[in-house]
Amino acid sequence: MAQIRIENVRKEFGSFTAVQSSSFTVEDGEFFMLLGPSGCGKTTTLRMMAGLELPTSGEIYIDGEEVGMKRASQRDIAFVFQMFALYPHMNVRRNISYPLLSQGVPRAEVRQRVAEVANILKIEDILERPVGGLSGGDRQRVALGRAIVRRPKAFFMDEPLGALDAEFREHMAEELRALHDRMGATTVYVTHDQLEAMQMGDKIVVMNHGVVEQFGRPQEIYDWPATKFVAKFIGSPAMNFLEFDGMIGNGADSIDLSGQTVQVPVTRQGAKGRLTLGVRPEHIHFSDASEFRGRVIATEYLGTTQIVTMSTANGVLKARISSHKAVIPGDLIGLEFDARTLTIFTEERGLALLSQANEGVLRHG
Amino acid sequence: MAEVILRGVTKAFGNHVALDNVSMTIPDGSFVVLLGPTGAGKTTTLRMVSGLDQPDSGDILIGGQPMRSLTPAQRNVAMVFQQYSLYPHLTVRQNLEFPLKSPLLNTPQIEIERKVKAIAEILQISHKLDNKATALSGGEMQRVSIGRALVRNPQVYLMDEPLSSLDAKLRSDLRIELKSIQANSGATLLYVTHDQIEAMTMATHVGVLQNGKLIQFGSPRDLYEKPVSTYAATRLGQPRINLLPADVFPGGPPLAVTIGLRPEHITQGQGEDSLVTRVEHLGDQTRLHLSFRNHELVTVTEPHSLLRHGDIVKIQPDKPLYFDADGMRIS
Repeated sequence: MAQIRIENVRKEFGSFTAVQSSSFTVEDGEFFMLLGPSGCGKTTTLRMMAGLELPTSGEIYIDGEEVGMKRASQRDIAFVFQMFALYPHMNVRRNISYPLLSQGVPRAEVRQRVAEVANILKIEDILERPVGGLSGGDRQRVALGRAIVRRPKAFFMDEPLGALDAEFREHMAEELRALHDRMGATTVYVTHDQLEAMQMGDKIVVMNHGVVEQFGRPQEIYDWPATKFVAKFIGSPAMNFLEFDGMIGNGADSIDLSGQTVQVPVTRQGAKGRLTLGVRPEHIHFSDASEFRGRVIATEYLGTTQIVTMSTANGVLKARISSHKAVIPGDLIGLEFDARTLTIFTEERGLALLSQANEGVLRHG
Repeated sequence: MAEVILRGVTKAFGNHVALDNVSMTIPDGSFVVLLGPTGAGKTTTLRMVSGLDQPDSGDILIGGQPMRSLTPAQRNVAMVFQQYSLYPHLTVRQNLEFPLKSPLLNTPQIEIERKVKAIAEILQISHKLDNKATALSGGEMQRVSIGRALVRNPQVYLMDEPLSSLDAKLRSDLRIELKSIQANSGATLLYVTHDQIEAMTMATHVGVLQNGKLIQFGSPRDLYEKPVSTYAATRLGQPRINLLPADVFPGGPPLAVTIGLRPEHITQGQGEDSLVTRVEHLGDQTRLHLSFRNHELVTVTEPHSLLRHGDIVKIQPDKPLYFDADGMRIS
């Protein structure tokens, strides 16, 4: 299949810059996620990769060949949209066959390839049915079938599950990913749902305001966010931000948080001024020994765990702890953080301060 | 506020029985969430209490008073619908003030202003108070309609999926706010949703509806740990509970047909071999998809698990739930 490389791609619509100089590589066979809030430029990026928009500057390579100015039809990719458009007057088989018939593929081969695709998607029993009466899931499968049958170099999908309800969406996400595992085709997938991105993606690009904020494996991005934006966008509840004023030297291994010394991974950069300590909800532990205290505002039961919202001298904090621990609003609780997991962010652009823990992840990308 | 009692309430629309002999007590000051898929009877229950529909049989009491033949206005309930309905010619402030300006209430102007200001802050719409209601986004309009209910002091608040049109961040903020408004004011709140996170995090009591019948009523923890049936067990928990034939693991009680294992109630490293079919690193935890004796199941493990597709993991049940042939829990 295909490797896709984006180099310094930029897109302007009049005076509005939709995508600012983006670079990343989608390796052959990867399931690759473009993630970000609406208006971040993820769909524009995908459309440029597909050839539906032309970049203002920069290069796009598919298998080493520069295709930036080539038409969509010459790039040999298949696009699956959020609103799957099927031909309503044709049955399932005709819908799936159509791209092949229009390319003049011989009838016998069309039959054989449709059978193959129907088998992959497990829709053999509905091939002769009109598409009108199909369920949402089956319509989606037919739309996928029409993309797969062409055997393109890559699949591009723009929020293909966006219109489905939560339960069914989860099911289709698993099905899509299993399909990818069977076929191994390079897939680029646009979503604004961070859980969907974490769950399905081999790699994720996180975008905001037309800028690539971070690019990497889901767990790396979760553990070591490059910016405050990424830290906030990935994870639910989001990473907590504790604001403090301070000065940190290169090689420091602790900070002062409202009089309490907090151990942090050894820093590789210095910073001063308004700083932010980022801590994930599951890395907060209750400890009577700690002088750093939080007043409980609310608790939310979630089965095995609960989310405890607290106010502290440095801002509001959410902790994820076992639901067996009784916590009551109004309680004053000593808090400790898992030192190996912390990130410090600087004021300028919210960039993460390099440390012994995150430099491996942040330096490569 | 007031206690609400439903006694044997039945309602049919043509041949379709929407509510089938539903009895429940909504204690004064409780936050009751009705949970169930589309068509289970959640909204119908709410409409019965509000007076927008009349039961075919059975009684509804609010604060000890029978409600039969009383109009919605006479019942003194505040309702928030999924579809916001605001006065389009009024500003946000005027919309929020409207219920307080009722001649029946005679609220002093200074009190009106204080209440409107407080509610607007909670709902994060202070900066839009002087906008026309029609000049708001969908999420903002929905917050105004929630606000319009909250400024009042009715016997009971009735809410029908009020957060479903909001984005994820706002939804999670408002979950906490609604819960704390309710807890602090001692209001009685009956709330309909199909979002299990809302049910678990806000409710003091959850009522599970299945085809018009109330099959379980209790705290979220009761429902999670002691579901009455496989149906009730699948209402809460994400990823959902694994349901397998009881005999795939030894040690089930007689008559057990199905074993229910929550993903976090599967011990790894002991027991019998299963095959890892997929690994999902979600950040705070890793989700494992396993194949065990030709059954699929999902469990969770630590975030930095090194397990990969094709590995063998030993598993055994921890806190299993057992269900009989009818899907009812037996232990």
